[in-house]
This record gives sequence, structure tokens and C-alpha cells, in this order.
Amino acid sequence: MYGFEALSFNIHGGYLEAIVRGHRSGLLTTADYNNLCQCETLDDIKMHLSATEYGPYLQNEPSPLHTTTIVEKCTLKLVDDYKHMLCQATEPLSTFLEYITYGHMIDNVVLIVTGTLHERDVQELLEKCHPLGMFDSIATLAVAQNMRELYRLVLVDTPLAPYFSECITSEDLDDMNIEIMRNTLYKAYLEDFYRFCQKLGGATAEIMSDLLAFEADRRAVNITINSYPYGHEELAVCEDIDQVRAVMEKYPPYQSIFAKLSYGESQMLDKAFYEEEVKRHCLAFEQQFHYAVFFAYMRLREQEIRNLMWISECVAQNQKSRVHDSVVFIF
Amino acid sequence: MDHFTDKLPQMDLMRSEKMTFVQLIIPAESAHCCITYLGQLGLLQFRDLNSEKSPFQRTFVNQVKRCAEMSRKLRFLMDQINKAGIKSSLSVLQSDTHLEDIETQLSEHEHEIIEMNSNSEKLQQSYNELLEFKIVLQKACGFLVSSHGQIVSEERELEENAYSNGDFVETPFLFEQEIVPGPSKSNQSGLRFISGIICKSKVLRFERMLFRATRGNMLFNQAPTDEQIMDPISAEMVEKTVFVVFFSGEQARRKILKICEAFGANCYPVPEDISKQTQITQEVSSRLSDLEATLDAGIRHRNKALSSVGGHLAKWMDMVRREKAVYDTLNMLNFDVTKKCLVAEGWCPIFATTQIQDALQRATFDSNSQVGVIFHSLDALESPPTYFRTNNFTNPYQEIVDAYGVARYQEANPAVYTTIIFPFLFAVMFGDWGHGICLLLGALVLIAHERKLSNQRLGSFMEMLFGGRYVILLMSLFSMYCGLIYNEFFSVPFHIFGASAYKCRDMSCRDAHTTGLVKYREPYPFGVDPSWRGSRSELPFLNSLKMKMSILFGVVHMNLGIMLSYFNARFFGSSLDIRYQFVPQMIFLNSLFGYLSLLIVVKWCTGSQADLYHIMIYMFLSPFDMLGENELFWGQRPLQILLLLLALIAVPWMLFPKPFILKKLHNERFEGRNYGVLNTSEIDLEVEPDSARAMQHHDDFNFSEVFVHQMIHSIEFVLGSVSNTASYLRLWALSLAHSELSTVFYEKVLLLAWGYDNLLIRLVGLVVFAFATAFILLMMETLSAFLHALRLHWVEFQNKFYHGDGYKFRPFSFATLADDEN
Repeated sequence: MYGFEALSFNIHGGYLEAIVRGHRSGLLTTADYNNLCQCETLDDIKMHLSATEYGPYLQNEPSPLHTTTIVEKCTLKLVDDYKHMLCQATEPLSTFLEYITYGHMIDNVVLIVTGTLHERDVQELLEKCHPLGMFDSIATLAVAQNMRELYRLVLVDTPLAPYFSECITSEDLDDMNIEIMRNTLYKAYLEDFYRFCQKLGGATAEIMSDLLAFEADRRAVNITINSYPYGHEELAVCEDIDQVRAVMEKYPPYQSIFAKLSYGESQMLDKAFYEEEVKRHCLAFEQQFHYAVFFAYMRLREQEIRNLMWISECVAQNQKSRVHDSVVFIF
Repeated sequence: MDHFTDKLPQMDLMRSEKMTFVQLIIPAESAHCCITYLGQLGLLQFRDLNSEKSPFQRTFVNQVKRCAEMSRKLRFLMDQINKAGIKSSLSVLQSDTHLEDIETQLSEHEHEIIEMNSNSEKLQQSYNELLEFKIVLQKACGFLVSSHGQIVSEERELEENAYSNGDFVETPFLFEQEIVPGPSKSNQSGLRFISGIICKSKVLRFERMLFRATRGNMLFNQAPTDEQIMDPISAEMVEKTVFVVFFSGEQARRKILKICEAFGANCYPVPEDISKQTQITQEVSSRLSDLEATLDAGIRHRNKALSSVGGHLAKWMDMVRREKAVYDTLNMLNFDVTKKCLVAEGWCPIFATTQIQDALQRATFDSNSQVGVIFHSLDALESPPTYFRTNNFTNPYQEIVDAYGVARYQEANPAVYTTIIFPFLFAVMFGDWGHGICLLLGALVLIAHERKLSNQRLGSFMEMLFGGRYVILLMSLFSMYCGLIYNEFFSVPFHIFGASAYKCRDMSCRDAHTTGLVKYREPYPFGVDPSWRGSRSELPFLNSLKMKMSILFGVVHMNLGIMLSYFNARFFGSSLDIRYQFVPQMIFLNSLFGYLSLLIVVKWCTGSQADLYHIMIYMFLSPFDMLGENELFWGQRPLQILLLLLALIAVPWMLFPKPFILKKLHNERFEGRNYGVLNTSEIDLEVEPDSARAMQHHDDFNFSEVFVHQMIHSIEFVLGSVSNTASYLRLWALSLAHSELSTVFYEKVLLLAWGYDNLLIRLVGLVVFAFATAFILLMMETLSAFLHALRLHWVEFQNKFYHGDGYKFRPFSFATLADDEN
């Protein structure tokens, strides 16, 4: 039903769209980042952030700050935003919002399983998990010995269960298998999310399919570059970054990304991809009456938190010259 | 005219306070003291001279950070005090405590409290663990008895019988003790168990997970605890459930332990040996009571420490807030070249200059500075802020005007007139002296408790009501006045001012609603005749009255607006605006609607039957036709033609001359200037101060823009004078609606119910009537009449003269700090 969202969208989605647009205008701007990059200490960063939406979350932190505290509190703000929106949402928006967290769930599952493999403390691992990707029995993951058990014991209760159909083997869990599992899950998740958005139709389907397709491509390229021979057909045969480049340059949207990189350089690729992603997410706000703004906002906030983490790390470790290496300006 | 207006005394609220831009050069040593004193005075608005610097690059950033840290500690202590539920009396503090003292004291207190907290936290945790252990012991024993009894009952049947046959007192504990070996030793059936305690909300999932992990080879027993207990890790009160899992095999044990860990279930070993059990229970109980005593002592100690701080806390918070504000202000200041002085710039009202200088002198003296503060006025480019000195009574009216837009500096302030006209226009729509009395009572209650309420934090709705208490007061008084004129008391007419002038045609009074009444004596002296209520002539008469009245009010109100534009133009010395805006506007409005008002008044005085619609419409359509029976006075036709001509002339008059004259003036002014710019070298241009360059930029004259602007204004005025006059008819419409609505409630609810001779029905009718009056008439109708009066002010009145593009004077003042904080 393309073109008729304007009639009925605001009945259920209007309030939340207004909320999310309000949150978006609270994102840090280039001027903020310029100021943040000039900070000398973490206290300076806290002081600057106190004038932003992060203010209330940081104001009660005692003075010797750590990077982790800043990131933790900033993530808390994101989580609070998300929870508020989820509380207010009705179907199908609430399902859409839940879909956004599945990615974090996959990451958390992988984190815990890898952690227990290397005999790390479960509580310690739990603290490292992204709060958006928590589910009830996540700690029980540590019990599982192989994929089948993982599925049968824990994941069968979670929304991830359907994505697991391709991973159920009796193989033991090792680093390699877990990485395969992560990517298989992610692939299934993205496909499912894509189908769900197509079902929603309208501008949501249009914009989300673009965003999800980009995400899928980014992951495919990353897998290829990380020398794991599984990806799109042409990428699958590539053996180094320059071959990847040759393949990718055939596609106009990626031409510009690779044009920024000099040959043989792969560290900057992440940043280039993130920049492109941020650009696409910002564009999602140009249309009204669709759900992609929620997805875009969450991703932009996450990017912002990554930026803050990088800046804080640079400031904390006295590496201010490298601040600009990884910060992706949003506006 | 000019002489007359010049001789009028100055009206306080009419023009905003005269402001001056001042520069202060403060020696560094007395800077803090100066700013503090100025904050106490609260009459100087500082300008941020470092706006291009980010907060942490400014001079006093460390002090600001210290203050922020202190207020964090204060918040922490406050939080602790609130949690502990201590209400400490406000102790009077010695007034000359220094910030440094507070800082050290604060960190001491914080340290102390944190240490005590961590101590008691550890104690509390072990206390909670022991408590859980105790509960597990109590509950788990029950399971052990029953289940083990079942399992081994067959094997040990003989012995059991033997025991029961003997004179042995058979308690389950003893029985158990005899027959079940401890879990550490290998059981005959290989059965072992794990006991523990878990949150009630997790039990289901926990059991399911255990079932899956052991493939069903386990037995799960659970018993809820009797009351909520505190979780040792999260320190929250939760409902918990004691469980005992029976299983066999080492691998299962490992799995189960892992699952317990994952679910945050606390496992406690319960010995199967009864004597050991009782022994442990006793041990646990004694340790619990020990811990309880220690904990109590700790809490008492902590509460004492907290209450000693509590007395100072409010005072300290205030001080820290002030200090932070002072340093924030200091951060707006610039260092001069010698780095020994701070330079401040800002706005202050002219009347305050002596007070400010006085405060600065005191500051210099108190800080033992060798050099005084230099205080002098400067010329400023930007327009000064707008500052009205209001009091409790005028403030809400000023707020009503400010909500539309803050007045341009020194422009005529509509609030002066709003004070009376606003409640009056409200009352025209809300005329009912019964409802007026209700409002009056409400307003009087608010005013009577003024002192108490102004110190409280009210909800947003109450705060609005309280802020507007004097508006409500005047609104209610005027409502009663208008209500007396309309002769309505909850829509019921009263014979207050003597007997009615009308009577029925015959005794039965049956035709009052059909043919009407007969007048038999002098008119009713004040307001509407009570006998008209319900008669045939009621609505036609009242409608005609209210409609005409609305137009009269509207024309007068709009004329006042245009008059104010004259005063503005005179004040700012713009004769252009008087000649080409004020005069044609006045002529246009009055030749059309002023004339209509004249006709209305004449018609009222003479009692003529003329049709005013007809006159107004044919004044435009065929001005030269004879008026016939619609002629109200001699010479009406030529007057109409003259007025029509004047109105036609007035339109191009207000449209064309002004932009052309502005263009001419501009050309004249800058004729010689072009050469000047060419002659100056480029270096001169750069040396030129900001002000000159800004002036040049400002002087770009765009004729088409000015012309379009003027055109829009003229069209707006011409069309507006018609639509605005029509807009005043809302006075009639709302008044009619209000009166009809209250009539409906009175007649269809109250009178209907009263018609029954049943107490219950009457009571219900009374209640419904009361609620309808309170919620619909007193709340909804008040709100709607308020909004319509607001609109008449903002749109119809203020667009005649009010620019409203100024900005408010926000002085640096300690008094406003507390409000900002909350």
C-alpha cells in the first residue's frame, strides 16, 4: 500500500516517529566532535557531554573516569531510549523494534560461547554483553558443549531459533565453528528481517531493503577480506584485498568507497564502510511515515557511541593524533 | 496634540526600561567578589565574550569542575539521607564558611559514608547469605525426609517396622538420620542432591533447563519462602524459592552446578545427617543474631553521621550552586592585554547604574584590592534587551503578551491595556454573575494562600492557575458585571433593580412565547429586563444587542491599536510612519467600520427601524442611490460618498509613498558615500572596527523587497480590517453559547429533576447539574473564553502596532538560580 501511509501511519506510529526524530536531533554534531577531539582529559569529555543528552547519565559519576564508564553510560542512554520506544510501540512496530536487537543477540551468543571456550568467568562475560542483546537464559549458554546442545538447551526459546536450522551439527564448538555460526546466523537474520520489511511494504520496505542490503554486502566483503572463503560468488574466489576491490568496483555504490583507499590498504576500509552506512542512515530520515527511522536512529547512536569510545580511548592513552582515524562524523 | 501627549506623565509599563551597554574592567583579585555582589544585586546581564571557546578551554574551568564535583557529592549525600529516611532539622550555620572548607568537609563526609556503606554492604551480604542458608535448611529438610523416605522405604521396610514396633519415639528426623547416609558417601541408588535458593520468577525456566540438560533424569522439588528476602548480590527484596534437585552421576552434577551459576541460584550444602543439621542450624542462627547486632550498630552510626551532615546540606547546596554560577559568569569574561584585569561587558538598566557602582565599590573594599573597578558605558550595535519591572499583579498580563513575542526595545507595551481589556473581553463572553462568583471564590482562595503557595512546588496545572490568580480575579469581577447586565445567575434572571417594564397580555400569560409582551412602564433601569427570559423577543433582541456591542468593542479596540502605532512612531521619531501609515489606516478603518459604529449608536439612540446591513452593502454597490426608509440622519448620503472616497484614497496612500520615499532617502544619504569607500585603502577597511562594517552591511537597500513588504502590509491591513471586525463577533457567539448552555443545564436537568416529587431524582438532578456547571461551564467554557480573548489580543489588537521581536533581559541573579536548577 505505497502512498497511503500518510493517512493512517500517525494513528499508531506518529508519536514514536516524533520521539525518534527528537532523539535524532540530540545526536552529536560535527561541532561537538571538534570540541571533543580537543579534550585533554576524560573529565573534559564528561564536561562537554554534560551539555548534551548524555548529561544526566554522566553527572553522578565520580571523578577518575574510565573509558568503559563513559561507554557504559552512553549505551545506557541508548537502551533507555529503546526501551521507552518499545513500551509505547504497537504491532507491527514492536516486532520491527525487536528485530533490531537480534543482531546484538547473535553477537552476545557468540561472545559467551567463545568466552566459555577460553574458560572465562561467565559473570565477567555477561558484563561485556550488549544490553540490547540480552535474553533470559543467556548465561546458560556456558553449559552447552556443541552446536546441537546449544540449540536444544538455550536457543530454542529465543527468537534466534529459526535462524539456527543451518547450524545444527554435532560438531564441537571451536573458534572456527563459532565464527561460521555467527555469520550463518547473521545471514539468516538479515534475510528474515528483509522478508519482514518486505511484508510491511511501503517506504519501510524500500528504505530498509537498501539499508539491509548494504549491511549484508559490508559483511560479505569483511568476511572475504578476513580470508574466510565464503561470500558472494565472485568474492568467494578473491584472495586479497585488491581482488576484492576489482570485484567491488563494478558496483557503482562501492566504487566511491574503494576510490578513497589506496591500493593494498585495508585498515581504512571499515571507516569507509561506516561512513557510507552513516550517510545512508541519515538519508532514511528524509522520508516520513516509515519504520526505517527507528533502525537508522539505533545504528547512528551506536556509531556515535563507537566514536565516543574511540575518542575517549585516544584521550586516555595520549594518542590524540590518531583521534580522527576512526571517528565518523554523523552530521 | 503633541503638547498634550508630552505633558502626560510617564507610564511605567508603557516603555521598557532604558538600558545601557556597560563595560567593566575588574582587577583579577577582586573579580570573584564583584561577580558575587552583582549576582546578589541581579541587575546586570553579562555577555559571553568567549562564545567561540568550548567550555573546557575557558579560564575558570577547573573551578567549575570542582563545583560540579561538589554538587555531585552533595547529591550523593542527599540521596543517602533520603534513602535512610532521616529528617534533619535545619541548623543555622556560621555564615562565613569558605568553599574550600566545604570542599574538604564534603570529601571527608563522602569518604566516611562510602566506607561505612561498603562495610555494612559486606555485612549485609553475609547476613543475607546466612538468612538464605537458614531458609534452605528449614525447607530442604522437608524434601529430604519425604523423598528419601520413599526411595529407601522398600529396602528398609523391615528395619522400619522394627523401629515402629518398639517404643521408639518416631520423629521423621531421627528416622531419617538412621537410614539415609550422607550425600558425600556414595548412596546405594547413586542418588545425590543439590539444594539452594533461586528467584521465584526464574524457577520455571530453571526447572525446564535442568530437565533439558539432564534429559529428564532428575527430580525437582521446590517450596516458596514465606516472605520476601533480600538478594545477597543485588540487595533487592525479591520473592525466592527453595529447591532441591536430585540426580545421579558426576557429569549431571557439573551441568547442574553450571546452570545454577548461570541462573544466579545460590547453592547451600545441606547435610543429611540430622544432628549435623540441627548443629548447623544453631550455628547459623547464632551468627545471624550476631550479625544483626553489628548491622544495627553500623546503621545507627551511619544515620548519626548523615544527620550531622543533613543540617548543612541545603545551605551548602545553595552555596555551591552560587559559586558555580559565579565561575560560569567569570568564564564569560575576557582577560585584557596585561592579564591582570578581567573585562566584562553587559546590559543593565540605567536606573541601576548607581546600585551597580555601589556594589562594585563594596567589592573592591571587601577584597582589599588596590585598584577600583572601572565602570563605563559603551555604544552597542545590537538592540538592547527588553526589561519591564512587573509586580505580582501585572506579571501574568505581561506573560500573556510575552507569550506572543517579547516587545522590541522601548516599543509600546500592550500589557498596559491588556490588564483591563483582557478580563473585560473574557467577561463579555462569560457573562453570568453566578459563574462569576464561583470564579471569584476560586481566585480569592488562591490569593488568600498566596504566601503559602508561592513557596511550594505546584503541579503544572496548579502553577498556571496560581500564576494567573489576579487575571482570574479581574475576569471574575468583570463576569459578574457583565452577568448583571445580561441579568443571568446560572442563566436565571432576577429582579434586582426593580420591577420589570413588561407584562403579559392577559392573566394566563399563555401567549408570551408566541406573540410577546406589552410594555407598561419605564424601562428596567440596569441591564436586560428579566421578563424577557423565555419570551418571543428574547433571542432576536439579545442577538442584535450582543452583535452590535461586539462590533463597537472591536472598532474601539482596533482604533486603540492604531493609536498605539502612532505613539510608537512618535517615540521613535518616524514621521514617515505617521504620515503614510497611521493616517491612512485610521481613515480607512473609520470610514468603513467607524461609520458602521456611528450608525449603530444613532440607531440605538433614535430607535430607528433602518436596516444596517442594507445601508452598508449598498454603500459599496450603489452609493448614489437614495437611501429611502433606511436614512438615519440628514446628509447621510453625501457623507457615505465622502467616506467611500476617503477609503478608496487611503489604500494607495498606505501602499505607494512609503517605499518610494525610503528609496529616495537612501539614495540621498549614500550619494556622497560611494566616493568615500573608493578613497579608503584596503588596510583601512580591515582596521575599521566591527561596528562600521556591520553598519555598511545593514545599509543594503533592496527596493523590491521593501515594496513587496509594504504591499503585504497594506493588503493585510485592508483585508484585515474586514476580517478582524468580523472576528470580534466571536464575543457575541461565545456569549450566546454560554448562556444557552447554562439554560439547557438549568432547565433540562435541574428543573426537570425538581419536577419529580422524589428525593432521589432531585438529588441526582442536583449532582448532575453541579458537575455540569463545574466541569463544562466553569472549566471548559472558561478555557474557551480565555483562548478567544487571547486571540483577540494577539491577532486583532497587537497586529496593528506590535512588533514583538525583542529579547528578554536576563540578568545574572542568584535569586533566579534555584528556579533554573529545578
